[in-house]
Amino acid sequence: MSGASPLLRWAEPVLVPLVNMAAALLLSGAVVLAAGADPIAAMRVLLQGSLGDPASLGYTLYYATNFIFTGLAVALPFHAGLFNIGGEGQAYIGGLLASLVCLFLGPALGWAAVPLAVLAAAAGGALWALGPAWLRVTRGSHVVITTIMFNFIASAVMTFLIVNLLIAPGQSAPESVPFVPTAWMPSLGALGPSPLNLSFPLALLLAAAAWVLLWRMRAGFALRAAGANPEAARAAGISVARATLLALMLGGALAGLVAVNELMGSQHRLLLEFPAGYGFMGIAVALMGRNHPLGIVVASVFFGALYQGGTELSFDLPQVTRDIVVVIEGLAILFCGALENLFRRRIAALLDRQARA
Amino acid sequence: MSEAGAELASILAATLRLAAPLVLAALGGLFSERSGIIDIGLEGKMLGSAFAAAAAAAATGSAWAGLAAGVAAAMLLALLHAYAAVTQGGNQVVTGMAINILVAGLAPVLATAWFHLDGTTPMLPAAARFGALTLPASETMGALYRSVIGGHNGLLYAAALAVPAVALLLGRTRFGLRLRATGENPGAVETAGISVAAVRYRALLVTGLLCGLAGAYLSIAAGAGFTRMMTAGRGYLALAALIFGRWRPVPTALACLVFAFADATQARLQGVALPLLGVVPVELVSALPYALTVLLLAGFAGVARAPLALGLPYTRDR
Repeated sequence: MSGASPLLRWAEPVLVPLVNMAAALLLSGAVVLAAGADPIAAMRVLLQGSLGDPASLGYTLYYATNFIFTGLAVALPFHAGLFNIGGEGQAYIGGLLASLVCLFLGPALGWAAVPLAVLAAAAGGALWALGPAWLRVTRGSHVVITTIMFNFIASAVMTFLIVNLLIAPGQSAPESVPFVPTAWMPSLGALGPSPLNLSFPLALLLAAAAWVLLWRMRAGFALRAAGANPEAARAAGISVARATLLALMLGGALAGLVAVNELMGSQHRLLLEFPAGYGFMGIAVALMGRNHPLGIVVASVFFGALYQGGTELSFDLPQVTRDIVVVIEGLAILFCGALENLFRRRIAALLDRQARA
Repeated sequence: MSEAGAELASILAATLRLAAPLVLAALGGLFSERSGIIDIGLEGKMLGSAFAAAAAAAATGSAWAGLAAGVAAAMLLALLHAYAAVTQGGNQVVTGMAINILVAGLAPVLATAWFHLDGTTPMLPAAARFGALTLPASETMGALYRSVIGGHNGLLYAAALAVPAVALLLGRTRFGLRLRATGENPGAVETAGISVAAVRYRALLVTGLLCGLAGAYLSIAAGAGFTRMMTAGRGYLALAALIFGRWRPVPTALACLVFAFADATQARLQGVALPLLGVVPVELVSALPYALTVLLLAGFAGVARAPLALGLPYTRDR
């Protein structure tokens, strides 16, 4: 068994995603070329726009914060054998509860507003994941389908609430009045004028906590066992139902925290459709990061850079819109997820030969 | 016709217009799912077709060329789905999601590059679209025939004909039998000397064909060009209808009609106070199809049993 050698154990999980991402980026470059622009120039704009100066780096890490939350929201359930596509809806409902705390309790709470609103965001996301989780446990409903449906239900409910009840009086834009400044997530001003805020260290902390949970705690072991082989887990006395509820609700809570970064950290109000695809981006992030918290942080910074750099694209290369970032996202999901075996077998065989030689 | 009658006729006509793309996409999804492949990629296949159809129609000025391009684009995406899910044995949900997101980015990028219109295609002239048809004997028949059933574009009638055609294909042909068997018990199909992979590839090609018609309906029949995200979740709604119709052609088409009717009435209920109900929160009406589907899936409203092998990659025993 060559797989046991230390080199191979480290080379495979690092090399395979790199090769997969290289394939995704090469194809995206071909798309840029087809659009009549220079892919190298496009890449330079993306890099400069995302890392070129402190404020850009701040934006990159600000977007990365959302992706760490939603990436972990996909990864934790994935370890339990569940596919959570509900990040969008969970973030949305997390935003509802956090906004209710900020809007109605914020003025009275003083310094306690921020921690309480953070807990509310997590609770909202967890609550919205409870539906699919409970239906899975008691009725065996397919989590993929129920989480998709819950996204649409959340969207309709939130449109109703924002347009009819929470909208700022005398205003036509579908958004609430601003939160009181004591309910804002403190800004990390070190990196120039950017919306980077305390959510970023919180996201890093939670990524570390996810690692501890998954690989150092009994509950995390139960979660992974339930995902790897539910029958064997059951035979070993592990409650698969409890693992399912835990994994999906923790995932939902993490997705809910997008609201902390986005609403409490940057917009300072509740607005329509604020999850804006961050939940789906979590799928690409989790797949590229191989569902490992460290991989997810790396993948999040990568996609954060693309996301921020993409805003600069339209200024410098009018032929290419920022939608090219969505193309890269789609290709990343394709190569790191759907076609993950395409290069893996080849790389494994190659490493095998190296190890023998 | 009385005022109420005219109102009802226009709601029913709108229902048919909204149902047509749903019916086509849901019947498309029926083929892939009955063969055992989860298809959350209906949205992307439709969107890809909507873009390709509008782009080709804008370039050639021909609606038929647009239709051919739309169908070809959706079938290519279906082939990609089949390659990843069948040949590579990849995760089917991930593949569907990849297709949805890839197309959501690719279509506006190409539209901007080719037409310089920020993610849309040019407004199509009437000649490059499928316009309203006048049914025979419209003069002599009643208002129902003239203003509800008549006066739609050809692709809507194609959607209507697709329902019995799919029912026959699925229930009465050898291909249909093999397709259903593959979704329930691929091992048995393989034992009978039939290639599971070949059946699933064919099923996905039919899915592509029908999603292609659905996308073309949106951009070159009902609409006059491609706009960003113009499918607006219809692929997912079609998937909900497929589940609601318990993976059978006629109930699926009926579910599409119910969802479309809810959509058509919702647009007219804005701010209207109904007797007994009061003002209906129209935003919430759009959540109904999804809520009903969840309830059905949970077994609270009858039983929805998915094809047994749905979602499982098939690998031949060696």
